[in-house]
Amino acid sequence: MVALASWGRLGSWQHEVTQLHREKGLAQVLADSAPGIAYGMGRSYGDVCLNPGGAAWKTRGLNCFIHFDPASGVLECESGVLLQEIQALTVPQGWMLPVTPGTQFVTLGGAVANDVHGKNHHAMGSFGDHLQQLTLVRSDGQVIHCGPDLEPSWFAATVGGMGLTGVISRVTLALRPVLGPCLDVESVPYANLDEFFELADDSERDWEYTVSWIDCLARKSRRGIFYRANHSSESSCVARRRQGMRVPLTPPISLVNRFSLRPFNALYYHLKKSRAGLSREHYQPFFYPLDSITDWNRMYGPNGFYQYQCVLPPEQRKDGIEAILSEIACSNTGSFLAVLKTFGQREALGMLSFPCPGVTLALDFPNRGATTLALMSRLDRIVAAAGGRLYAAKDACMSRDLFTSGYPGIAGFAAFRDPGISSALSRRLLGS
Amino acid sequence: MELKNIVIIGATSSIAQHCARHWLAKPCCVLLVGRSEERLARVADDLRVRSPQSEISFATLDFLDPLAVESLVRNAVTPSSIDLALIAHGDLPDQEQVQRDLAGCRDALALNAISPALFAEALVCKMEQTGGGQLVVIGSVAGDRGRKSNYIYGSAKALLDRYVQGLQHRFSGSAITVTLVKPGPTSTPMTAHLGDAGPGLAPVESVAQCIVQGVGKGKLVIYAPGKWALIMMVIRHLPRFIFNKLDI
Ligand SMILES: Cc1cc2nc3c(=O)[nH]c(=O)nc-3n(C[C@H](O)[C@H](O)[C@H](O)COP(=O)(O)OP(=O)(O)OC[C@H]3O[C@@H](n4cnc5c(N)ncnc54)[C@H](O)[C@@H]3O)c2cc1C
Ligand SMILES: NC(=O)c1ccc[n+]([C@@H]2O[C@H](COP(=O)([O-])OP(=O)(O)OC[C@H]3O[C@@H](n4cnc5c(N)ncnc54)[C@H](OP(=O)(O)O)[C@@H]3O)[C@@H](O)[C@H]2O)c1
Repeated sequence: MVALASWGRLGSWQHEVTQLHREKGLAQVLADSAPGIAYGMGRSYGDVCLNPGGAAWKTRGLNCFIHFDPASGVLECESGVLLQEIQALTVPQGWMLPVTPGTQFVTLGGAVANDVHGKNHHAMGSFGDHLQQLTLVRSDGQVIHCGPDLEPSWFAATVGGMGLTGVISRVTLALRPVLGPCLDVESVPYANLDEFFELADDSERDWEYTVSWIDCLARKSRRGIFYRANHSSESSCVARRRQGMRVPLTPPISLVNRFSLRPFNALYYHLKKSRAGLSREHYQPFFYPLDSITDWNRMYGPNGFYQYQCVLPPEQRKDGIEAILSEIACSNTGSFLAVLKTFGQREALGMLSFPCPGVTLALDFPNRGATTLALMSRLDRIVAAAGGRLYAAKDACMSRDLFTSGYPGIAGFAAFRDPGISSALSRRLLGS
Repeated sequence: MELKNIVIIGATSSIAQHCARHWLAKPCCVLLVGRSEERLARVADDLRVRSPQSEISFATLDFLDPLAVESLVRNAVTPSSIDLALIAHGDLPDQEQVQRDLAGCRDALALNAISPALFAEALVCKMEQTGGGQLVVIGSVAGDRGRKSNYIYGSAKALLDRYVQGLQHRFSGSAITVTLVKPGPTSTPMTAHLGDAGPGLAPVESVAQCIVQGVGKGKLVIYAPGKWALIMMVIRHLPRFIFNKLDI
């Protein structure tokens, strides 16, 4: 047995770990150790990749590229390849991942299984929108090839299917062309939510990437910094190589706490405000701001932290976000990494995909036990009342009711479950 | 410009594969040698995508057949010269099983000791004819001191230690360098069954990086990761009456 944790470090649990190294014989490995769950890089925050006391299948050993066509940008590889490896290989050849989450240290399989989104949802949708084919290996030995036009219902169940339909062994995806690694970025301070929504709506037409940082601790205002970016036609910008930054050990208490947060957020706001405007940036610091600090999740101390990410439908966007932010401001706890962004007018193809039209807010809370859980359940009520949903990749404690109401696709999903696969999250939210 | 010629024996090994990814960051001409065409093709495809300008080919043979080894190195290996050769294959047998099963014991000794020596002999012969080169052989920390939990494997690796020492003596002052790599426990398919030893296993990426760096500097012995040099020095020097009481 080996102790495994996820990115939130809420705990670590013993698992019977099997390293997957080859596609060949994979079904047998699954059959021999089932029930289990695939574990990529463990960059999910909660329990979606955990199966305490049971089997975990580590997919990182499936890390071979299979084929890349530099003329069409179509890439085929095994599912344990990192997004970072893909970017490093293809950007110099004029191609890039069309959708990328806020860290590049995730596996391809993990990106598919959570149907991850990036800062360009309104322009590019989510990860699943760019897949051509998946190979799914099931614990009963079945191997299913699926894609948008091939076994489309298996495809829809597997994209965003949280690893519950089988282990994805290979993925074929279409990259998008880029002129180089640079982005033209503009940062614009905003003072309240109206300004935020105006900026977001106005920017969707002319800017591919939009995202904002919001100061969720400022007492009265809802101030923040809005970032928008496009791929640049200039090809010279240097990757900021801030190598070697690392949180060397877990401090005894969370460094993110009520004493540090308010001044920190204020400082961040004023610093960024004073530097607002246009700049040219390498894609890495823009897409992956935290990747330059190894093990940053240790900052939250030995008890770890919760992520909370919801999406609220367009009609409820302003009141809902306002309600959530006031609830947080009252709670005297709060978040440094608070991200507010709008999603475009498009539904994702996965039955259980998270992205949908509306606005999404992501926050992190240091784990202070019952206080934090109580806060999150107050937030859950706001999200439920607004007809929103929570992102399972970030979740460790939502109720089954909230999951069921947020994800209508759940009804059709059961038929595609692999009976040899179970995770802590699936038991919590799907009953098995 | 001439491409660097690299030969990798046991090219499907996880450690070798990760070394190759580093070396092929610059275009090279590579021959991958293994026993299974299917597994070699997987590695070759991966390297082709990662290094489109490299020339990559592969060959299979019986690793214990001296004639096959000789003719592979003589004929299949690029006509010009070998700049770098890595011998990486090996297999960690279940110690208790090979204590009882003498055929298995013989096979383990043959694969881990005799076979790499045959390849090495053929390769340095070629290097001598073509004016030099760098030979890298993967041994193991297990070869540094015999212990009950893996001495059959360990003694085969110990043979490689003396064998490489002999080659280093033979080629000192020449254009041929011979390096012995001693990895510590590493997370690869070879150790996949040691589930509960998991946390003690080094990631294969960092072991490969350490090897590539050491080879780049022309080191003669490379412990990977480096901390094993110190650990094994202590273990080698432990007095027998203490060592024999340890349950390792
Ligand atoms: C700093 C940071 C920023 C982030 N930003 C974003 C963001 O902007 N947008 C976003 O959408 N997400 C974001 N995430 C979340 C992250 O992208 C997802 O959790 C992603 O799925 C993690 O991938 P992983 O390889 O670590 O998979 P894991 O976390 O190990 O697993 C995630 C899920 O994928 C399944 N899985 C993994 N591999 C396979 C496989 N081969 N076959 C079948 N199932 C598999 C697992 O069973 C599990 O259900 C962020 C995370 C971090 C730490
Ligand atoms: N992993 C460790 O902890 C560790 C520690 C110290 C030293 N080492 C040494 O490092 C080297 C590389 O091993 P690894 O860790 O990378 O393991 P690995 O990925 O399992 O590789 C083992 C390699 O040996 C080959 N092989 C096994 N039996 C063979 C046979 N009978 N004939 C031909 N080839 C055979 C395998 O070929 P197939 O792909 O065809 O099976 C494979 O290429 C080995 O010499 C090993 O002893 C490893």
